[in-house]
Formats: sequence, C-alpha cells, structure tokens
Amino acid sequence: MIEVKNIAKSFNGIQVLKNIDVLFEKGKTNLIIGQSGSGKTVLLKSIVGLHDVEQGKVIFDGTVFNELNFKDKKEMRKQIGMLFQGGALFDSATVEENVMYPLNMFTELTYSEKRHRANECLKRVNIINANQLYPAEISGGMKKRVAIARAIALNPKYLFCDEPNSGLDPQTAILIDDLIKEITVEYNMTTIVNTHDMNSVMEIGDKVVFIYKGAKWWEGTKDDIFDSENEELNNFIFASKLSQKIRDLKNGH
Amino acid sequence: MGLFYHIGKYFSLLFRVFAKPEKFKIYYRETIKEIDKLGLNSIWIVAVISVFMGAVITIQTAYNTDNPMYPKYLIGLTARDTLLLEFSSTIIALILAGKIGSNIASEIGTMRVTEQIDALEIMGVNSASYLILPRIIASVIFTPFLTLMSMIIGIFGGWIAGISTGVMTTQDYVYGIQYAFIPYYIVYALIKIVIFAFLITTISAYHGYYTSGGSLEVGKSSTKAVVHSSIFILLFNVILTQLLLS
Ligand SMILES: Nc1ncnc2c1ncn2[C@@H]1O[C@H](COP(=O)(O)OP(=O)(O)OP(=O)(O)O)[C@@H](O)[C@H]1O
Ligand SMILES: [Mg+2]
Repeated sequence: MIEVKNIAKSFNGIQVLKNIDVLFEKGKTNLIIGQSGSGKTVLLKSIVGLHDVEQGKVIFDGTVFNELNFKDKKEMRKQIGMLFQGGALFDSATVEENVMYPLNMFTELTYSEKRHRANECLKRVNIINANQLYPAEISGGMKKRVAIARAIALNPKYLFCDEPNSGLDPQTAILIDDLIKEITVEYNMTTIVNTHDMNSVMEIGDKVVFIYKGAKWWEGTKDDIFDSENEELNNFIFASKLSQKIRDLKNGH
Repeated sequence: MGLFYHIGKYFSLLFRVFAKPEKFKIYYRETIKEIDKLGLNSIWIVAVISVFMGAVITIQTAYNTDNPMYPKYLIGLTARDTLLLEFSSTIIALILAGKIGSNIASEIGTMRVTEQIDALEIMGVNSASYLILPRIIASVIFTPFLTLMSMIIGIFGGWIAGISTGVMTTQDYVYGIQYAFIPYYIVYALIKIVIFAFLITTISAYHGYYTSGGSLEVGKSSTKAVVHSSIFILLFNVILTQLLLS
C-alpha cells in the first residue's frame, strides 16, 4: 500500500502538482489517468523519489519514503520496479543483459544463476529467442515487455508503469495491460499505472485516479467512472466519437 | 543562468561522481570498455594528425631558416620543442575535445532524455558516478599514451618530410632532436594532457547529464561540451604553462 499525503511539486515557479492526497492499494492495479501534460509522469516520479517533493509525505507500507536518508532510500529502491514511458532499456546492452542488470548490481548470485533468473523473467513476459538482440533491434511492444521483465527481476513489492501501452496497437496494448495485472496479483504488488488509454481503464482499472491540471479531480473504480457527474472527467472520457457512441447506446439513444 | 550557477552545479556533480563505488567489479569493467571506446578509437586520428603536423613544422622551419647563418640542426630542435611543448598536449587535447567530448555528452545526454538515467537511479545506482567515473579514469589513463605517441610520430613525420624534400639530412635532424634536450618538457606535456583530459570528460559529462528535452537538446549539449571544453583547455594551458615553466 502506498499513501500519498498532500504532496506538491513545482518547476521554475510553475506548480505542476497541487496538494495531492491518494491511497494506492496492494495487490491491485491503481491507475492514474489524465490529459497529456496534466502531471501524471511528475506524480509518478515524485512518488518514487526521482523528483523531490516540496511538501507532504509518500508512505510505502508505513515507511515515510521521502524522508529517508540516502542509504535507506537506496535500500527501499531495490523493492521498486519501474517501467518508463519509452522503455528506457540500456542501448548498449542486449535484452538479456538488460534484465540481468539489476541482478548484477544488487545480488551476489553467480553468473548462471543470474542468467537463469533473467530468462525466467523474460519467459514470464513471453520474450523468447531474443536474448542476444539489442534494444534497437526489437519492436516497441517487445521493448515494453523486456522493460517489464527488468522491472520484476528483483521481485519488487511495488511496480510503477508510465504509459505502458502508449505507441502500441490495441491488441498488444491489452496484452501488456493484462500482463501487468497478472503480475500484480501473482506477486501481490502495489502497482501504479499512468495511462490516458480508456481501454486500459476498462481492462485493469481496479482503482482510478483522475488528475486534472496537477490536482486530483476524481477517484473511483472502472465501474463508477461512467456514472460520474464530474464535468472534466466526462470531457476526458468521452473525448472520442467511439466513447460518445457507447454512452449514447447505454443511455438508450 | 550565470557562470557561477553552472560552476556550483558542476562541482556538486563531481562530488557525486567521486562517492564510493558500490560494486568495484562493475566499475572496473566499465572503465575497460571506455578505454577501448574513447582511447583506442582515438589512436588513428592522433597518429594521422601528428605525422602531418610534424611534417609541416619541419618544412616551415626549414624554409624560414633558409640562411647559411643558421645551423641545420635548428630544424630538428624546433620540430621537437614545438611538438613537446604545445602540439602533442594542447592541440591533441583540442582534437580530443571534439572527438571524445561530443561522444560523452551525446551518449550521456541520450541516456538522460530516454530516461535511462532515471532507470539507473530507480535501481538505486548512483548514476553520476556509474556513468562518469569510468570515463574520467579511462581518459586520464590513456591520454598520456596518446601524447607520447603523438610526440614520436610527429618527430618521425618531420624526418620523412625533411629528407624527402631535401631541406636537411638525417644526421642534421637526429642531431637537432637531441640538441639541448630538456626531459622536463615531456613531464610538462603529460601533466597538461592529464588535466585537459579531466576537463574534457567532466565538462562534457556535465552537459550530457543535465540535458533536458529531446534529441535536439542532445545535439546542443554536445556542441556546448566541445566549445566549453576547448575554452577551458586554452585557459588552463595558460595557467599551467605559467605554473610549470616559470
Ligand atoms: N523536469 C521538468 N522541468 C520543468 N517542467 C517539467 C518537468 N517535467 C515536467 N514538467 C512540466 O510538468 C507538466 C506535467 O508534465 P508530465 O510529464 O507529468 O505530463 P504527463 O501527464 O505525464 O503527460 P503525458 O501524458 O504527455 O506524458 C508539463 O507542463 C511539463 O511541462
Ligand atoms: Mg507522461
């Protein structure tokens, strides 16, 4: 469980996050949705400590993460896996080396044990026979999956995904979403996913938090989202013709 | 933003770079990789430039001292001292600023804008130290060899040019390059190149590390890395010469 208490963040005098309070639950896929530029990435990076927040607390299962000293923070980070918007695989390393990287850094396993673990993770995300390829040689969807494999290599308790299915076709996107959901349940992780994809919301939105201009505007589950009276949320969800059509059908027009 | 802002930020980055490495073995491996990438790949360009510069210095000296009053060994002596004092350290450093400075800034800059640095940080890795320290060590180790190599090849180039144009004999040249030889000049050149190498890697890494935006900004960082490294090389050349030769 991750609790975010009243955090704020600005860049060059412009407030990007405004007093956000939210609770992310364990064993569930918690979604942060919002328009491009609303502050989703900044929120996610503030939670994991890649950005220092100006006020408030980020609490990981009772530990106030943002107030830890450098060493304890580092210890905590070994329990955090993160999937970045572009995958962020290391260009100069092969697929297998990428997944082995956290193991090299933090474990005393032998080379063959590390390889074994890396291959386990790669198999989990359905990457086979691509071990020796470089990130430039694999497709966008494969990159995302390799990045997930790398993020789960150390068996994290917390998983963060920044737009895991942006730039993917709808079918592949759903595969990735389902994978994230499965892993979350399997390892009982607290998972937070940034997205602006309504498909993901419907697919895996155990809990949905809507960010609007840097503030928390609405929260609920994928089931309440269509019944919300919140105007900005409705504008966001029903932006596309397709979702408008669904709404109209639902309302019997 | 002002110069002092950047200098402050540069030193606080260096402070993080020299934090105690967590896994020595991994740093060692990275350093070897960088020596290969930055050092060995520079041998060819340094060799080519040195042989031609040695040749040009020799020919120019020969034509400018084309007077029976000047002894012929002056040609070799001038070629030697020019190479030892300035060319094989300062000019080579300026060339390396272009070659390895832009390489370092664009590699680290790309890692920044594609969130690879964030990925390192999230794994609890000190990204500043992991990315920059191996490059500093590699360049400080290999540049003295490049300088020594440049001296030898430059003197050789001078000899080839001198005898093939007939401006002097091999004997004149060999006598000249040994005449009034001051071994300390080599030490002076090596001290300079080590400091220049440190400046190139750290200034370029600084620009790469603090890139923000996209590929356009990576290009800008890489240009800034080369320009600023070159300016600081020239500045430190004056300071070091005053300190070491006066
Ligand atoms: N490092 C930074 N420095 C300055 N401003 C920043 C920085 N990072 C983000 N911002 C600003 O914060 C705002 C929110 O950005 P953020 O990246 O969180 O948006 P987002 O919701 O993730 O959008 P997208 O869906 O396009 O990824 C933007 O206006 C952006 O310009
Ligand atoms: Mg984003």
